[in-house]
Parts: sequence; structure tokens; C-alpha cells
Amino acid sequence: MSVLVYTENWDGKFKKLSYELVSYASGVAKMLNSSVTALSIGKVEEAELKRLGDYGAARILSVDNEILASLDNQTYANVIAEVAGKENASVIIISNNNTGKAVAPRLSVKLKAGVGSGVSRLPLSVNPFTLYKRTYSGNAFAHVIIKSDVKILTIAQNSFDLIETANNAAVEKINVSVDNSQVKTKVQNIQKQTGKILLTDADIVVSGGRGMKSPDNWSTLVELASALGGATACSRPVSDEGWRPHEEHTGQTGKIIAPNLYIAVGISGATQHLAGISSSKYIVAINTDKDAPIFESAQYGIVGDAMKVLPKLVSAVKEFKK
Amino acid sequence: MKVLVCISNVPDTTTRIKFAEGNASIDTTGIQWVINPWDELSLTRALELKDDPGTGVKSVTIAHVGPASAEPTLRKALAIGADEAVRVNAESSDAYFVAAQIAEVIRKEQFDIILCGIESSDYNGSVVGGMISEFLGIPSVSAVSGLKIENGNAVINREIDGGKEVVTIPLPFVAIVQKGIAKEPRIASMRGIMLARTKPIRTFEPVSVEPLTQIISFEKPAPRSACKFVDAENPAQLIDLLMNEAKVI
Ligand SMILES: Cc1cc2nc3c(=O)[nH]c(=O)nc-3n(C[C@H](O)[C@H](O)[C@H](O)COP(=O)(O)OP(=O)(O)OC[C@H]3O[C@@H](n4cnc5c(N)ncnc54)[C@H](O)[C@@H]3O)c2cc1C
Ligand SMILES: Nc1ncnc2c1ncn2[C@@H]1O[C@H](COP(=O)(O)O)[C@@H](O)[C@H]1O
Repeated sequence: MSVLVYTENWDGKFKKLSYELVSYASGVAKMLNSSVTALSIGKVEEAELKRLGDYGAARILSVDNEILASLDNQTYANVIAEVAGKENASVIIISNNNTGKAVAPRLSVKLKAGVGSGVSRLPLSVNPFTLYKRTYSGNAFAHVIIKSDVKILTIAQNSFDLIETANNAAVEKINVSVDNSQVKTKVQNIQKQTGKILLTDADIVVSGGRGMKSPDNWSTLVELASALGGATACSRPVSDEGWRPHEEHTGQTGKIIAPNLYIAVGISGATQHLAGISSSKYIVAINTDKDAPIFESAQYGIVGDAMKVLPKLVSAVKEFKK
Repeated sequence: MKVLVCISNVPDTTTRIKFAEGNASIDTTGIQWVINPWDELSLTRALELKDDPGTGVKSVTIAHVGPASAEPTLRKALAIGADEAVRVNAESSDAYFVAAQIAEVIRKEQFDIILCGIESSDYNGSVVGGMISEFLGIPSVSAVSGLKIENGNAVINREIDGGKEVVTIPLPFVAIVQKGIAKEPRIASMRGIMLARTKPIRTFEPVSVEPLTQIISFEKPAPRSACKFVDAENPAQLIDLLMNEAKVI
């Protein structure tokens, strides 16, 4: 029996997300008296693969196959299922990101394994196997029992701290049965987002709403984000207006994120907006209206005009960072 | 070509969630039920495809797994323009159960394009669509933000982690849709509401499937500490607090 964790790489490198997954898997393995097997798909150097051991992986399996270069939900589910079978995995851990959402449900049916999705804590118990998961768009959390023998968990990004547990795990290259004729998704065009911190990866996010008044006012907000080493986001009306790109929209109908720090500037705090950001560890609100609902969710607030406050914040950050 | 849109019936997004006694379920008194926002958008896209004669889409059916109390929501979807509805008469006990029921409907009635939302706003599972495709052994594409039909093939825009892609996929398939699939949800016209009254809602009895998961209780999110206000004239104090008190920068 083992805990299998599927770790994603980007151009051969793992991100914090992958280490979070392995740390989480180690936590689950400890509860089950079991051990962690990490699975990597794609071309990743041995030294990079070995880093998965730093977070508790006892074994590291590497699949490198051209056919798996792009995501075909069916093929990926087949590969993970095959490995899970060979490894006699009782728990399979995947990210709750786009890839995880594409693969986990297929894997669930294939293995007749119940899924707990968007999990943000270690299981509450392993017998019965009980999870803590977000429901009602963050307005409630549920305790969910998974009754099947094999369990699949998709883990909410940024919700679990990295835990280093040095483990000198060996890397094993393995082969899986994949057949190009079974790949139904044909990629015509790829546009990679490069040079920017991905919103879903960011520890710090500075986000603007309609209170920013005009797209021309965004430069100081962007400046604050980069001074803090964070990413930028926005409310839905802002992206609907075309002031900012759609990828930045957070909320129920946009991205759901859980950074350490979310700074909401000129955002009123509608429930649909909070649905995307309420798992942030700290929320800061900057708003002219002292009664804006966002202050009820914030730990720090400034009642004031964003146009005046933002430049001062930028210089303060630069001063402190010196 | 036939399109099936899966509709989840959820509390209005502004609902303040309260629990029934024992915290094992939601207190439904006073809740306004609506079409899950994603499903409203996929229905809109399905209707746009039907409006365009070039696509070959001839009908749009909606499917729901749930008790009869969901029918007002289904009527709303019919008023927006769906041709007919299928309801599987069972409590939606878990995602696996729901997906198995919808897959059975698809096996019986044959659809070419099946649309699901990326997430229901109540259970937040993000799984039903993918499960349906695996039950049927057909391809699926997730995080779909654009869908066109060209020469009988689907051309799909999807978001991947760290970028966007355009992919093609053969029919039949399941598209799991997110932002961008349609601009604004279509709303019902007066005529649509009149027509919806006579459109069929066919009821199917469920097939026997054991759910794999079960919610045993709910709890509220941990309360946040009260907001600490910083003087607008001195925002540097905020940076100080974030560095030395919260320790997040
Ligand atoms: C089904 C559904 C789904 C939705 N999904 C989302 C979603 O995913 N994400 C989302 O964001 N919204 C979503 N919405 C919309 C949501 O209900 C709100 O309308 C939206 O979040 C409001 O955006 P806002 O806070 O930017 O604008 P507003 O509500 O207009 O707030 C602007 C704020 O800026 C403040 N302000 C004004 N001037 C200044 C200034 N100079 N300096 C500082 N502050 C200032 C104002 O006091 C106000 O609080 C959804 C709605 C529905 C019905
Ligand atoms: N009870 C249901 N009946 C029909 N479709 C559903 C039901 N529950 C979920 N779905 C579909 O599956 C999508 C994702 O739901 P979920 O997996 O619960 O997040 C929804 O947007 C719907 O399209």
C-alpha cells in the first residue's frame, strides 16, 4: 500500500505546488503508516526529480514519453491508473488545478475511487477516511467520508505548508503503455504565459476593482505588486470592461486563489468576489467607503482613496525592502 | 447534432448559508434556487450553436439529477431556450452517482456534445463532467473557454496551467466549461417563458449506483479577526504590520 502523488512540472521544473503535494502526501502517509511514491510525467532531470525526496517521497517514478507531451485527459488518467495499480496505491493525491480537475474525475471512475476535491487540510481521520473540503463557494466547509478502498484527493493550491523531511529517494524510470492513436485531444496552438508569476501560484496578490476608476490608473497597482513580488488580479466588472485580462478575474466565476496576502483595492467585497479569495491567509482592503463589506473579511484596512494611498504604499515597500 | 447541457440547481450566489439542526445539512428555508452560473453560460453557448445553421446543432436538451423540487429551475432553463428537459428522479447523493445517472441518459438518447460546468457553486466538486466522459469512454476537455464546431469537429479553447491552448477533438465529447464560453448568460424573454410552460420535462428513474462519498457534517469557515485600520495618511504603517505582525511580506 502506498500514497501516490502526481507531481507536475513546467518545462522540466517543479514548482512550489508540486512540493506542497508531496508534503501533503507525506502527512497522509504518516496517518496511514504508509509511504509516498511520487510520479512525474515529462522530461525532468534526475537532480530535479530527486528534490521530491526532500519533502518525503520514498520513491520517485519518472515517466518520459513524447505522447504525453500535451494533456489528453483520457491518456493521463490511463497512465496514472496504471501506475496506481502497480503501486497498490490506496490514496492518490493530485493538484486541484486545471490538470488535476481534468484528470481526477476520469481516474475516479476508472478505479471506482471516491474523490475529495479542493481539500485544504489533512484528513480529519483515516478510519473512516474523512476529509475537510470547501463547499458553497467558501461559505461552508464539509466533512466528507470517502467510502471506496482507493481514495483520490485534489489539493487546493497554497493551502498546505511545505514540510521538508530529507529522504534520499532513488529515481526510477518506468515505462507505461500509451498509444498515440488513443490520444484524442490534438493541440493546434499553445500560448504560454511567461515571465509573470501565475496568479494561482502567487503568495502575494494585489487586486483592483471598479474603485480604480479607469484602466489608466493601474500602473501604481502593478508597481505595488511587483515591489512585493506578487501577481495582479481584479474583480469581475474590471475584466468584463476589458480594463484587465480575463485571466486576472478572481471570484466564483473566475479564479479561486489562496495567497498568503490579498490586497483588495477599490473592491466592495461582494459574496461572489469573496468566493474566490476567502481562503487567503491575510486580506487587506483599501476602500473609500468605511462600510464596504470587504472590511468584514479583511484583517487590515485603509479607508482612503486608492489613487493617493497606492503611491505611498509603493514607496513604503521600497523603503522597507532596502 | 444534439447537445446536452447538464444543469445543477444551486442556492442563489448571495445566499447566506445556514445549517439545519445537527449541522448535517443545509437549512433550505428561504433559499432562492438558480441554475448554476457555469451551466447558465454553457446553456447560452449551446443555444448560440443552435442558432448558427452552419454548426448542424439541431436540439438542446438539459439534464438534471434531483427531486421534483428542482423543476422551477429547469423551467427557467427551458424559458431561456432549451428544447426539452430530462430529470433523473433521485437525490444527487454524490458526484459519482450523479455522473452515472447522466451517463445512462446519454447512453439511451445519444448526444454529440455534452456540456458541464467546471464547478457547481454548492458542492464545488469540479468532477461531474469528467466522470460522465469516463463512464462513457469518450474524450473530454476541461477548463474550456471557447467552443466552435468546424466541419463536424470541435475546436476548443482551453486553459492549461500556465497558458492557453486551442485543441480539436472528435465527437461525441464532454466539454467542461469555464469563463469565456459565452459572454453574458442569455435571459428568458416573455415569449420564452410562455413557451416553456408546454415544453416537456421527461422523468427517468435512477439506475442503481452506490455513491462513493458522503457528507457527514458542515461547519462555518473560521471567523477572521476584526479589521485593524491604518491611517490613510500613513500607509507605511500597513507595510510595517504586514512585515512584522502578519509576517507575510
Ligand atoms: C452569478 C454571479 C457571479 C459573479 N461572479 C463574480 C466573480 O467571480 N468575481 C467578482 O469580482 N464579481 C462577481 N460577480 C459580481 C459581484 O456581484 C460584484 O458586482 C462585483 O464583485 C463588484 O466589483 P467591484 O467590487 O470591483 O465593484 P463595486 O461593487 O462597484 O465596488 C467598487 C468599490 O470601490 C470603492 N471605491 C470607489 N472609489 C474608490 C477610490 N477612489 N479608492 C478606493 N476605493 C474606491 C467603492 O467604495 C466600492 O466599495 C458575480 C455576480 C453574479 C450575479
Ligand atoms: N445534480 C446534477 N444534475 C445535473 N448536472 C449536474 C448535477 N450536479 C453537477 N452537475 C453538472 O456538473 C458540473 C460540475 O459540478 P460539480 O462536479 O459538482 O462541481 C455542474 O456545473 C453541472 O453541469
